[in-house]
Amino acid sequence: MKRFLYLLIVTSVLALIPLTSNAQCKGFAKKICRLELNPFIHDGNYHAAILTEGEEAELYKTFYSDQDYRLAICGSDNLPEIEFTILDANQNVLYSNKDHDFKRTWDFKLESSQQLKIAVKVPVGGDESEEPMSGCVAIMFGLKIK
Amino acid sequence: MKSKIFQLFQLKYLALVVSAFCIAGCSIGGGDKDKSEEPEIMLDMSELDKELFQDIGQVKKIFYSLPSPLETAMMIRSAGAGYNEELLNPVDNAANYTTNKSMALNLGSYTCDLSFVSLYDQTEASVNYMNAAKKMADGLGILDAINDETIQKLEENVNNRDVIMEIISETFMNSSSFLHENDRASVAAIVLVGGWMEGLFLATQMVDPDSIYNNNLVDRIMDQKLSINIVVKLLEESMDNLDVQSVMADVKDIMATFDKVKLTTTPVETSLDQETNVTTLKSKTESNITPDIFRELQEKVKTIRTKYIS
Repeated sequence: MKRFLYLLIVTSVLALIPLTSNAQCKGFAKKICRLELNPFIHDGNYHAAILTEGEEAELYKTFYSDQDYRLAICGSDNLPEIEFTILDANQNVLYSNKDHDFKRTWDFKLESSQQLKIAVKVPVGGDESEEPMSGCVAIMFGLKIK
Repeated sequence: MKSKIFQLFQLKYLALVVSAFCIAGCSIGGGDKDKSEEPEIMLDMSELDKELFQDIGQVKKIFYSLPSPLETAMMIRSAGAGYNEELLNPVDNAANYTTNKSMALNLGSYTCDLSFVSLYDQTEASVNYMNAAKKMADGLGILDAINDETIQKLEENVNNRDVIMEIISETFMNSSSFLHENDRASVAAIVLVGGWMEGLFLATQMVDPDSIYNNNLVDRIMDQKLSINIVVKLLEESMDNLDVQSVMADVKDIMATFDKVKLTTTPVETSLDQETNVTTLKSKTESNITPDIFRELQEKVKTIRTKYIS
């Protein structure tokens, strides 16, 4: 009976791990990454996921003229610095934070509205023989009130 | 006998362990679930080249980001639109929304209207629309996205537009993150479409179809031809949901009108202002919108939005 109870506790904890990770991701986006947008106002959209070293994510969004934007892309402390690239609809690279010391934010505006792709990569860091690290990556947009 | 009991326990252990891993695997990020339901090819061929399709198999997570209700309202205001309270979804309607679909659509609609009235410093209306949005969020079981403290904070800062915008942004993020974390991506998508549709309604109603040329608001409305592709991709992720299917039918109806408009754009060039560190993406876009097509769009959006808020 003791073994049964022990296993029940272990399995319950295992089942709760993803929920805890998600909650941590929300907290990370809200309490840490959101601050990077200051003095811009966060648009309110939530884009965050648990990524592992070597994994990638993409985000598609239309950005409008007459609007000033700040993009903030943050990874939790245990991850290497996050790489991100902005591409237009023809796959031309418009910006890469690799060329700017892996800055977490990018301020931009558009003369005409465009649909852009944001490609995000968690680089593989440290010793390859080590277990790859996983952590939260958040993509957030700030707007300027005029 | 002892051996049989032991075997029974072993089976129970195995079932529990398998169940735990299943629950864990299904829940991680919600993103994996989304990914497994996505069709292999999800991108717009007209805009993205074949090289991208080769890349997409390696991508773990894809986000389709619609303008939030806050961004939509800001876009309408910055295009020079005036304030017209009669166009908004009356807060008294909140009592009529009892289904998940209607509450999700109108959480989006009320958040858009809340952002809109707040941008025009309509203090009393801001509190009323926040209360209406709270009713929708509560009805959807979104815990603590908007609580009494939020309303109180709003009331205390009715004359501080920046703080109000921060409050709206935070409450919307709370709702959105709650829905995603609880594997309710379909509801989150419908909320976004509700806000997007409300914005499109407000913008189209503010334009005289016979005066569409050299009009900033018309330009922003035509920009929605770009966003509607993203609306479709977002909804496609939850097409097993009946509410999403019906919303998709409405979106496709509007898309058919947008398809009659051709948008042409020059290649994007970047220019960095060293002083402000702001990059400008330079390009020019033109559309061949006609008064007749605009009128058709205006009517379709009005019909669908009336259905959503009824």
